[in-house]
Parts: sequence; C-alpha cells; structure tokens
Amino acid sequence: MHRTRVLVAGAAAIMLTLTSCTTDTPTEQAPAGDQEQEQTADGEWFVRADYDKELAQRDKTPEGPADQPWLQAIEPELVDTAQYKQDGKTLCFSNASVSNPWRVTGWITMQQQVDVLKQAGEISDFRVSDAADDDNQQISDIQAFVDSKECNAIIISPSTTATLTQAVETACQSGVPVIVFDRGVNTDCMVTFIHPIGGYAYGADAAEFLVDKLEPGSKVLALRILPGVDVLEHRWAAAQEIFGKSDLEILGDEFTEGDGAKIKDIVTQYLQRGDVDGIWMDAGDGAVAAVEAFEDAGKDYPVMAGEDELSFMRKWKDTGMTAIAPVYSNFQWRTPILAAVKIWKGEQVPKEWVLPQEPITEADRDEFLDRNKDMPSLHYAKFGGEDLPGFPNAWKDR
Amino acid sequence: MTTTTSRPAGAKAVAARLFGGGSATVFALLVLVFVVIAFMNPSFFEPPSLMAFLKKAAPLVVLAVGQYLVIVCGELDLSVGSLVGAQVAIAAGVIDGEESRTLPTLLLMLAFGAFIGLVNGLVVTVLRVHSLIATLGMMLVLYGAIRLWTGGAPTGALSDSFRQVGREGIDLPAVRQLPWAVLVAVGIGILATVLMRRPFGRTLVATGDNEKAAAFAGVRVWQVRTIAFVLSSLLATVAAVLIGGYAGVDAQVGSGLEFTAITAVVLGGVVLGGGRGTVLAAMAGALTLEALFTLFNQLSLPSTIRPLAQGLIIIAAVAWAARERRSPITQS
Repeated sequence: MHRTRVLVAGAAAIMLTLTSCTTDTPTEQAPAGDQEQEQTADGEWFVRADYDKELAQRDKTPEGPADQPWLQAIEPELVDTAQYKQDGKTLCFSNASVSNPWRVTGWITMQQQVDVLKQAGEISDFRVSDAADDDNQQISDIQAFVDSKECNAIIISPSTTATLTQAVETACQSGVPVIVFDRGVNTDCMVTFIHPIGGYAYGADAAEFLVDKLEPGSKVLALRILPGVDVLEHRWAAAQEIFGKSDLEILGDEFTEGDGAKIKDIVTQYLQRGDVDGIWMDAGDGAVAAVEAFEDAGKDYPVMAGEDELSFMRKWKDTGMTAIAPVYSNFQWRTPILAAVKIWKGEQVPKEWVLPQEPITEADRDEFLDRNKDMPSLHYAKFGGEDLPGFPNAWKDR
Repeated sequence: MTTTTSRPAGAKAVAARLFGGGSATVFALLVLVFVVIAFMNPSFFEPPSLMAFLKKAAPLVVLAVGQYLVIVCGELDLSVGSLVGAQVAIAAGVIDGEESRTLPTLLLMLAFGAFIGLVNGLVVTVLRVHSLIATLGMMLVLYGAIRLWTGGAPTGALSDSFRQVGREGIDLPAVRQLPWAVLVAVGIGILATVLMRRPFGRTLVATGDNEKAAAFAGVRVWQVRTIAFVLSSLLATVAAVLIGGYAGVDAQVGSGLEFTAITAVVLGGVVLGGGRGTVLAAMAGALTLEALFTLFNQLSLPSTIRPLAQGLIIIAAVAWAARERRSPITQS
C-alpha cells in the first residue's frame, strides 16, 4: 500500500515539475523589442494582405451620408439587384445569438429599425430565429426559413464561419436574396456581406495608441476573451504585429472570458509582481474591473485600450486616465434591414458593404457620453439608433 | 512507553493524518501548492499580496460552505452559479446607482435567496425530483429569467456602499488592508463549524450517511434537507454580494461557479452522496483551488494546459483521499 502511495506522490510531484517546466519556454522567449521574429504575428490567424487592406481602409473616406454611418460604405463595388425586385415584404433573420451585451444592443437597434419600416409599409412581417450560439441549431433555422418558402429575403448573422458556409449556400440556392452581416462565411453567393472594417483594424487602433502614448520599454499586459474565435484572433494578431515592431515589453496575454472577477484577479497578480504601464484588451468586457485593480493596489492608472462600452467610457472620464475606445461598429445591426428593403426595390447595394469603424478618442469621448447619458452601463456608444423613434426608452429599459 | 519513543510516534500520527488520505489530504495539497508558489514568487506571502489573494478567494469559500451543507446531506446544488449571477443582476437593476436603496436591496436579495433555496428544497424533498435535476432546472430557470428581465445583459449599477464589502476593508498598518470579504468568510466558516457540531449538523451528516436509518431515528429528513438548500442559497447570496463588490457588474458574473464550488468541496475530501467530510476541509478545498489558479497564473501556464493540469491534480487528490475510506489506517 505504501508503494502505491509513493507512486501517487511521485506522479503529483512530476506533474507539478512538468507544468513548471513547460512555462519556462514562453517566459524565456518573451518579448524584448529586438526579437521581432517571435513577436511578429504568425500564420494561423494572420493574413498580411487582409491586415494591410484593413489598415488602409481606416484612412479611406467612406461614401454615403456622414450623419448616417450605417448607410456609408468604404470603396463599395455596387451590384445590380433588379432580379430580386419584388412586392413581397416578409423579412427573415437567423441570429447567431444575443449572448453578450454587444449583440443585445445591436438586436434592439435592429428591431427599432424594423418597426420604423413596418409603419412605413416597407416590411410586412419580420421573422426571427435565435440559435443561442449553436451551429447546428442555426443550420436548421436557416433550412426552416428556406423550406417555409415564405421569406422574401433572409438575413444571416453566422455563429461560426466554416460551419455555416454550407447553410448560407443552401439559402442562396433557394433563390431569395441573402444578406450576411457581422462574422463572415467562406462563400460570396450572398447579395451583400455587411461588416465594419474588421478585427485587424480594431486591434491595430488599440495597439498603435499604446505604442504612441507609452515610453519605450514600458510594460503592457494583454487581456483577451477566448482563443480560437477569428474576429478576436485577428485583433490580437494585429496587436502582436504592431507590438513586435515597437519597444514595448509585453508582460503576457491572458484569457479572461470577459469575467470581471477573473480580470481583476489577473491584473492584481501582475501588479504584485511589478509595474504594468499599459493594458491592451481585445474587447472591452470587464475593462472597469481592470482599472479598479490598479485603484485597489494603489498604483497609477495605466494607458488603456478598452471599447466603446459605456461602463468603460464613464470610468475613463471619471478617472481622467489616458485611454482609447476602439469600436466594432454596433450600428451595423441597422444596415441589413435597410439593405433588404433596397434590394426589394431593385436598388444597387455594395457586394461587400464595409462600414466605417472609427475609435472613440478623448476628443469625441464626452460627446458620445452625452448622447448616451441615459443608457445603461453595458450599452455601446456607437449603437447608432439616436434618430429612431424608440430612442431612448427602447435601449434604456431593456 | 517512554517520552522519547512517543514523540516520533506522535509526529508519525500527524504525518499519517496529513498524508494518509481522507479530508486531511486537502491540507497537505494546500501546503504543497503554497510552497511551490513561495518558491516561484516569494513576494506572494507579503501581507498585502496574501490579503488580495484571500479577498479573491472569499466568495468561493462562502460558496463551498453552502455546497458542503447540501452535499453532506446527500444532495447537490447546481443552481448556485446562476443564483450568484441573478442576485448581482437584481442588485444592479434595483439599486441603479442610488445609495439609499442599498440596504433594502440587500434584504430583498436575502429574501429572494431564501425563496429559491426553499423551492429547491421542496422540489427535491416533497416532489422527490433528484437534486441533480431539480437544481439543474433551477439553474436554467434563473439564467433564463434574468435574461428575460434584463433583455440579455445586466442593466443598472451597484452603489458604492454595496461594493464596500467585496472591495474595501479595514485599513491596518501591516497588511495595508484587512478586507471585509475575508472577515465575512471567516465568520461564516466559524458559524458553519459550530453549526456542524450542534445537533442540526450531526443530523445533516446522519441523513447523508443513511437516510432510512436517520428517518427511523426520528429525523424529519425532508425538513433537514430543505434547510440545507435554503442555507446554500443564502450563502450563494452572500457570495453574490462579495463578487459583485469585488468586480462589479458584467454579463459573465457567476457563470460556472457551481462546478467550481462542487470541485472545491470534493477536493476537500467530502464524499458526493453525503455522510462524510468536514466543513473546514471543504473551505480548505476552496482555498486550494484558488491557490491552484494563482499558481497557474504565477507560472504563466498557457491557458490551453490549465484545465488539463487542474483536472489531473484534482483527480489525483480525490483518488488519494478516497484511499482511506477503502482501507482505514489503524493507528496503534
């Protein structure tokens, strides 16, 4: 019996040693600006052509009305939609989920836009299915729309790229116009694909700000939500590319699931081990918890890249810290509805509808806070629904 | 026996207790993890760092006490994670930043917690739905109800006084700050230890050990178990106050906590199915688990390896603890 116990003890000891060994590698390879090879983003989530394209798109002036960014498009290639011109007015929407505040905010905006068009007689029926982040569910949701033969257009917000491609193609083959927005799919059969500039631009906005505002040699901690999600991986890939060419030291990148308690704990631990001068986040969820970790540890505020979520923007104003709010344009939820109506009228739409995506800086922060002053803290500043009749109550009393 | 021989024998007994299995295993593991952390990062044991660690660990300790009470009487409570999320959402929604509403909201939360516990308890005992299913159902009901009420993401804001307990503490010279959360957790730990030594505690364990025998001995099994569920939900409410205070409101708060709490209790050598284990060991299980999380951070272990390492360590620890039950150590 003693022998087994010794075995178990040995196994436990080996395991602890092993786990500590594995960590040595990344720590040793870690940052220092001269090791560009290590720091430059690598293949899996980094496509240089896309990266260059997105970064260039940030400087392009979008076409369309400046006061309605959800109708603007960057370098649009218009396609003819005369073949879809019709009198049917039933609009179907297959939603991936409303599982985070960003999607909740956008979903409200979309419904408000639909209400306006319903009253104007442009839409008669709006049918929605919510797949709750389940690929299989969404595939069958789309199939059900196709089988019903009652949809005059199908809007799809895919839950994942690869798995939903087939379902989107099925919808296209049914002959009704298909509109995809937010995350993409690996096909171009849809009439239009609507999205803001993208993840590389988002990550780059945040990273460039830190490089700009911090002294060379400053230490930056990266907080990420989850691994393996393309829109988030692109943000981090762009940041790695930019940090790699800078003189900033990246202390680490940690996955937090957007959980405030986890974020606060992780940041607190980094602060116990030494100074942190900057925080880069791939999404603003829980950004306030990160700021509070500095307050509770009695340290100076970091230079920070959060998001246009109001809780962070309010904290930013209250503390007067140096920060930026990169934006993944929430107003994109209005565009697919307006696009559907355009298509029914046979009006041209961009094949790839790239919406503007501009970060909120200290210069326009107060303006956006003022516009959203009645909004709850998990609301997104660039939701773009101020001119809809349901404003502000629809977003306020969710 | 002379004193010279009894000394080593005494030390041996202590060693046997510590490393021999059963509930004591968790204390050995806790010490081991702390030693590794100390080796990695000596500054962890400076009072401010240690207090920050305990502050972070306090909610899980409180949850582990509640989960222990339910597990030791032979049931499980899967609804605590959702309940924490629901309570934080309720607090934020009702308080909405108004200081004056803090106290009434706390009372409302306690009442809501007690109500949820009562429903859990009665569904399990009176309707005879297995607790795994009953509390799983409650977990989904709470999750869905809060989504419905808030429209998907929590609204409102917590007041500063609400957040005091989870965030602030008493300023002391040496430790910089003695967090309220730690005092709350210690207080609950003491109360729970006392409770388990009182007739109610013994009845609870007896019920978990052998329901029929307890019933024959005159225990109202349904009553005892219902009270355990109510206490679990009340403690989840306390944990919600601590977590909400610690990190504020976000959409993720509470998710997955039920499994962390159950893991903590099982790591403490408490047997699923009831009847065995001490509340002190359950709390030590919670501390150990938090210490493991900290260790993984200190090691900057890649996040992909963490669940794997965590799972292996837990299985090894529980398997070890189970040895004693199969063949008890005879101390001569």
